[in-house]
Amino acid sequence: MEDTKYVLEARDISKSFSGVKVLEGAELLIAPGEVHALMGENGAGKSTLMKIIMGVYTKDGGQVRFEGQDVNFVSAKDALTAGISMIHQELSPIPEMTVAENIYLGREDKKVAGLPFVDKKKMNARTQELLEEYDLADYIHPEMKMKRLNIAQVQMVEIIKAISYNSKVIIMDEPTSSLSERESQTLFKMIDLLKKENKAIIYISHRMEEVFELADRVSVLRDGKFIGCVRVGETSREALVNMMVGRELEGGYPPNTAEKGEVVLELKDFNSKGVFENINLKVHAGEILGMAGLVGAGRSEIMRALVGYDPLDSGEIILEGEKITIHNQKDAVRHHIIIASEDRKALGLVLDRNIRENIALQNFAELSNAGFINKPLEKKECREYADQMTVKMNGIEDIVGGLSGGNQQKVVLAKCMLSHPKVLILDEPTRGIDVGAKAMIYNLMLDMAKQGIAIIMISSEMPELIGMSDRIIVMSGGKITGEVEGDEAKDQEKILKLALGGL
Amino acid sequence: MEKKNIASMIRSFALVFIIIAICIVMTIVSPVFMTSRNIINIIRQISINGIIAVGMTFVILLGCIDLSVGSIVAITSVICGFMLQAGYHWLVACIVALIVSIIFGCFNGFLIAYVNFQPFIATLATVTMGSGIALAFSDGKPYTISDPAFLAIGQGYVGAILIPIILLVIVVAVGLVILNMTTFGRYVFAIGGNENAAKLSGIRTKRVKLAVYVISAICASIVGMILSARISSGQPTAGDGYELDAIAATAIGGTSMNGGIGSLTGTIFGFILLGLLTNSMNLLNINSFYQQIAKGILIIIAVFIDMTSKGKSR
Repeated sequence: MEDTKYVLEARDISKSFSGVKVLEGAELLIAPGEVHALMGENGAGKSTLMKIIMGVYTKDGGQVRFEGQDVNFVSAKDALTAGISMIHQELSPIPEMTVAENIYLGREDKKVAGLPFVDKKKMNARTQELLEEYDLADYIHPEMKMKRLNIAQVQMVEIIKAISYNSKVIIMDEPTSSLSERESQTLFKMIDLLKKENKAIIYISHRMEEVFELADRVSVLRDGKFIGCVRVGETSREALVNMMVGRELEGGYPPNTAEKGEVVLELKDFNSKGVFENINLKVHAGEILGMAGLVGAGRSEIMRALVGYDPLDSGEIILEGEKITIHNQKDAVRHHIIIASEDRKALGLVLDRNIRENIALQNFAELSNAGFINKPLEKKECREYADQMTVKMNGIEDIVGGLSGGNQQKVVLAKCMLSHPKVLILDEPTRGIDVGAKAMIYNLMLDMAKQGIAIIMISSEMPELIGMSDRIIVMSGGKITGEVEGDEAKDQEKILKLALGGL
Repeated sequence: MEKKNIASMIRSFALVFIIIAICIVMTIVSPVFMTSRNIINIIRQISINGIIAVGMTFVILLGCIDLSVGSIVAITSVICGFMLQAGYHWLVACIVALIVSIIFGCFNGFLIAYVNFQPFIATLATVTMGSGIALAFSDGKPYTISDPAFLAIGQGYVGAILIPIILLVIVVAVGLVILNMTTFGRYVFAIGGNENAAKLSGIRTKRVKLAVYVISAICASIVGMILSARISSGQPTAGDGYELDAIAATAIGGTSMNGGIGSLTGTIFGFILLGLLTNSMNLLNINSFYQQIAKGILIIIAVFIDMTSKGKSR
């Protein structure tokens, strides 16, 4: 690699925010045609480094070179025109505009040069060409409105946009975090194509499997410092984790030793037209039930329908042997069926408010009297539950939006636990959370199981699902296609086959 | 949070500081300023905007807006004027006016929470409609009010304290209690901060929204009574533009127009500052055209301070 001319070099980058050093001597050397993974715990400085490269932040010190030239981009637009683009973790297309309009936003083809009349035909044709070149033309058309695409397709459009800018370096920030297994494979194929065209990919991810599958080299940041860069073939998972956390970490997933009790919750013939059909499932006290399937298989939708957030056409809910009805989330909370939804920022937390208010929010049945909040009790309980969930904080008055992803998730869990759940539904409980925090969440889940809570876990990360679940229900296209238990539940291939429709 | 607390304290202190500074300067510059008569005048002015601003703070914390308050003031004024002229007991007139106002508030809330109208559009429609109703009902003419019991609402005293001031204190106190001590208040913040998360936490968000618009309407209705009593007249054009002053007071007080962040305490300082500024400029014989310019500048400065203090705390 020493002989290779680097396409992008960032050396000795430092950056402080209001006195706090976020980056110190950070380094990233990217060769053309390589997939270069960038790893590090949340808060390690990955996104700050990317934002400096993209010109969103100005660096305090150090050097960024692109194609051998010193560069100092002052905006993302600059970087984009020069040939560096970034696919953000949270995509923000303009939903009412078409694929082509999104791709050529701000540089539309004009009918007459200099006049503001957009040549849609030409734009569509150019988009179609790109889509065909990258094998996407079957399911994405230039004139489709963005709102009709799913997340994976939107991501593909973003990549096409990057290509249309003739980008030499494409930064992908946790691109698979909201993709299913199969969608991820499509992305990986795309990345292979890009590699062949000698484009460099900076791939930010927490997922070891992907890094080992995709990347040529890995750079690791910890606490804003450059720890090292290794070739994937010459390292191991443990070594990488060590580099990231700077300490040995218990490997694998701890077993659920909780005693399995009676059936706590049973769903009978759950139906929602066009979303899921004939869903029957049971979950026991102390059990962790995994729900596997591709994104869009209907797993989250069933759970949201169960708690009254999404529509349900028919179906029976039996809680501890008694039939109950749930019209809205309030009923669900009253019956102690609690959900921690997959998107904690959009659905789980009020980011502008503090930890105390967030934990208390769904628990005023206990924390208030005739509409008046029992403030001493609120403080005490919220602090206790936040501590139990090991939320790292100065105090419960910390604003939730300022916490790291892992800590936010712990606040969500504290909020759920204060509702004394009989059934706890965890939808993607570790999405976007770093390695250290993941392990903590797993341990918390086991504690909950020990308390006799029935846990339903939806996850798109197969190892996590296999590692944590006692039993796994697999869904495909809104139907349950299988259920695996014991050794079978450790068979990734079998689960994947079921998830793909029981082939 | 530590930082944010300090920042928000500096901010509230900034408003207090400006208020004190104006008082000191005015005491030196104008011999009239510190007289009891002028002070009563200031508070009387403040009570009108203050009561509406309390309701408006609830609405804005929710992330919504209520443009209809002015028309509710007018409708209350016209109903009171009409019924008092027709010989009804003043209490009956007030209750009827209040009920009609509550219906208006419910209508706003219904359109916004249940039919999903955008708050701006819904209340733009109701303010237009409401003003029209007030004008049509009264045929555009004011009703003279002479019932002394009713007039006391705007002009009377309990002991040495003017009744509008007592009403202001009551409304502010009730507002503070609801917002800071009840679950309802917490729900308002939560919905303003993240409506979906609030819904998923088991909050009946639609009901809360409806109730907030009713609160705003009640505040406006109380102001309608005070105003009619003070000017001894039921005016179909009373309350024109009041919504803007209330929104200004809320914004100056640091409540985010996106909802979820802010406080009633801030709003209180906001309307005190606005009232003080108006009075001072009147005493200094500053042309009302320039007064408007000054108020506009004040809003910009206050919101700018707010943005920077929040930016630093991030």
